[in-house]
Amino acid sequence: MTDPLAIFPLGLTFEAFTDIDFWTSVGIFAGIYTIFALGLQLNVGFTGIQNFGQAGFMAIGAYSMAILTAEEGMNFWLSLPISILITIAFGLIVGLPSLRLRADYFAIATIAFAEAIRLIALNARDLTNGAQGIFGFDDSWDSISESIEDFIIDLGWTDVPGLFPLFLVTWGIAVLMMFSLTRVQGTPWGRVLRAVREDEDAARALGKNAFSYKLQSLAIAASIGAVAGWLLAIQLAFVVPDEFQPIVTFIGYVVLVLGGLANYWGVAVGAIILWTVLEGLRFLELPISETKIAALRFIIVGLVLIGLMAFRPQGVFGKREEMVLGD
Amino acid sequence: MEAGTLGPGQERTMGERFAHALNRFSEAPYVVKAGIGIFLLDLVLVLADRRPDSVGEWVLLLAIFAATVAAMVPLERRPAATAAVVLANVVAILILYHGLHEVSQRGINGLSLGAIYALGAVGLTLVYGILKLVNFAHGDFLTFGAYMAYLVNVTWELPLVFGLAFAVLTTALLGIGLEKVMWGPMRGRGAGMLQLLLMAIGLAFVIRYGIQFVWGTELRQLNVNRTDTVNFLDLRVGRTQLIVIIVGFVTLIATGLMLRMTLLGKRMRALSDDLDLAETSGIDTSRVILYTWLFAAGLAGLAGVFAGAITQLQPELGFELLLPIFAAVVLGGIGNAFGALTAGIVLGVVIEWSTLIVAPGLKLAVGFVILIIVLIIRPEGIFGHARTV
Repeated sequence: MTDPLAIFPLGLTFEAFTDIDFWTSVGIFAGIYTIFALGLQLNVGFTGIQNFGQAGFMAIGAYSMAILTAEEGMNFWLSLPISILITIAFGLIVGLPSLRLRADYFAIATIAFAEAIRLIALNARDLTNGAQGIFGFDDSWDSISESIEDFIIDLGWTDVPGLFPLFLVTWGIAVLMMFSLTRVQGTPWGRVLRAVREDEDAARALGKNAFSYKLQSLAIAASIGAVAGWLLAIQLAFVVPDEFQPIVTFIGYVVLVLGGLANYWGVAVGAIILWTVLEGLRFLELPISETKIAALRFIIVGLVLIGLMAFRPQGVFGKREEMVLGD
Repeated sequence: MEAGTLGPGQERTMGERFAHALNRFSEAPYVVKAGIGIFLLDLVLVLADRRPDSVGEWVLLLAIFAATVAAMVPLERRPAATAAVVLANVVAILILYHGLHEVSQRGINGLSLGAIYALGAVGLTLVYGILKLVNFAHGDFLTFGAYMAYLVNVTWELPLVFGLAFAVLTTALLGIGLEKVMWGPMRGRGAGMLQLLLMAIGLAFVIRYGIQFVWGTELRQLNVNRTDTVNFLDLRVGRTQLIVIIVGFVTLIATGLMLRMTLLGKRMRALSDDLDLAETSGIDTSRVILYTWLFAAGLAGLAGVFAGAITQLQPELGFELLLPIFAAVVLGGIGNAFGALTAGIVLGVVIEWSTLIVAPGLKLAVGFVILIIVLIIRPEGIFGHARTV
């Protein structure tokens, strides 16, 4: 430590920010977390239910797809809708008893559910292969990926990153979801959801079955989580229990409040900001070890979350009049 | 706009059908409900373990079932007593299958874990009850305490007693400091439950990864005796574990007495019952809140040192304990310190008993399943008042 500048982050290499591989990887993570947090937005921002078990639904989606394809030999495309159905079934099983609870009890019950799922995935080795995880479910995806790549090469761009097709598909799904969820929010169904969020008793007094709407909202969020689970599984090429820690849900909430509550497009902005910062920090050339840099990333995430909650609880792009945190 | 009520024969949604079925079930006589509940529980135990393999075992199993239901009937509306009977039922079946020795050995193993849960849960439940703060950073207070003890005990090479005192002191100061700079001002602005909860998650990240920044992710050990065991009545317990159990229980009893006997304890419980009412009756609430933090964080620090002493230190030490601690808080009834204390110990023992039936890796999942079942049957907790939900 003779040179005082050595501790100052002057060694930031900007080449990373013009590197297409870097942006593809950031983009895929941001896209997966966008989709993941869209489910949370539907629950938290538009229905007023604090779902902390989204990582559990993501795990069920990823695992049922991987188990059906790699172990049962089912067609990959058929396994997708079936895994959605399985995840919805879990959403109903979780929601039926626990949506009657007060908000904080519901939060604890859902996080306990998600952890129970992860522990079962870790221990039911016959089904999930335990900590080793499941491989070999993505052959169908690889062929699709190659044809997308060939198509892009035909268009004249020759050095396509290997993950670029996944990037396109992830964001295609994310944009489609944001578009349709925003449209749905304007329908009578979407307006009832907001009524339930604002005043459940009033919605009930108008003859709306608030419980049923909350259950539908949770089931849809669960299936959105399953889609994020497939994409994560494809990106990693394996499914292991460690990818579904509660921290995934917490990061989903950071994305959510960064983008702003009650705003689907904001979720994408939140996810892009978060993942650019998280991955960009890797390129800081600080004179400290990898672990310390990894820790620093999450210290920053924590500080951002505290700062947002203290000074702008509706999030960067949220509307104050639609803020659902203040009650 | 359709009418608010449903006429006969009108179509019902799935949620309403479910609610209707649930209502029909909850109107059944208590003995029927108790019988079905115990039958399901025993069925799960039998299916998870093995079928009785002799006529004698079948008879004993049926006797246990019948005795449990009979014991439950006079205890209607006394949830704590009912829970005790349910627990006795589980213990009886486990003894029937695995013998008294094995059940007591696992029970003793569970006591040290239970003491840690209870120490964590008392503070968490008071903070939850008084401040309406679902403190997701509480687990990381435990980790903080453990690393403070590590600093004194291993880095400075002093005896663990000093490490323990230092850990309790620094964690308590951390709790008070955070109240001063974060929670107090946020309450002043009328922050909502989810807002505070997300803030606590942010704080948890800062503490956990702050520890990881300083000490890294490698496993570390406190300088304690890990090999000596104490034998009595054919049971074995590690010396360190025994110390944890004894010191833990003494602290818990002292805590219980403090809450029951002293003026400060009574004020804390009054705040936990109804903060506004306590304030109107002339209690200096901000002072009591500071003491609550002192107390909650200090106990968390102690629990963290204990957890570090019987396992190993790593940055996720406390977070991994947080959910079972939350389970103890909910089982005991949120805001109810005595409930959390009892539930913490019982949960530790039951989780250890569950390893007789399921793989050890699943024992925490058993804890979460118990939590979810209790939330469904009785969300106000076993020791809670019905009005808290």
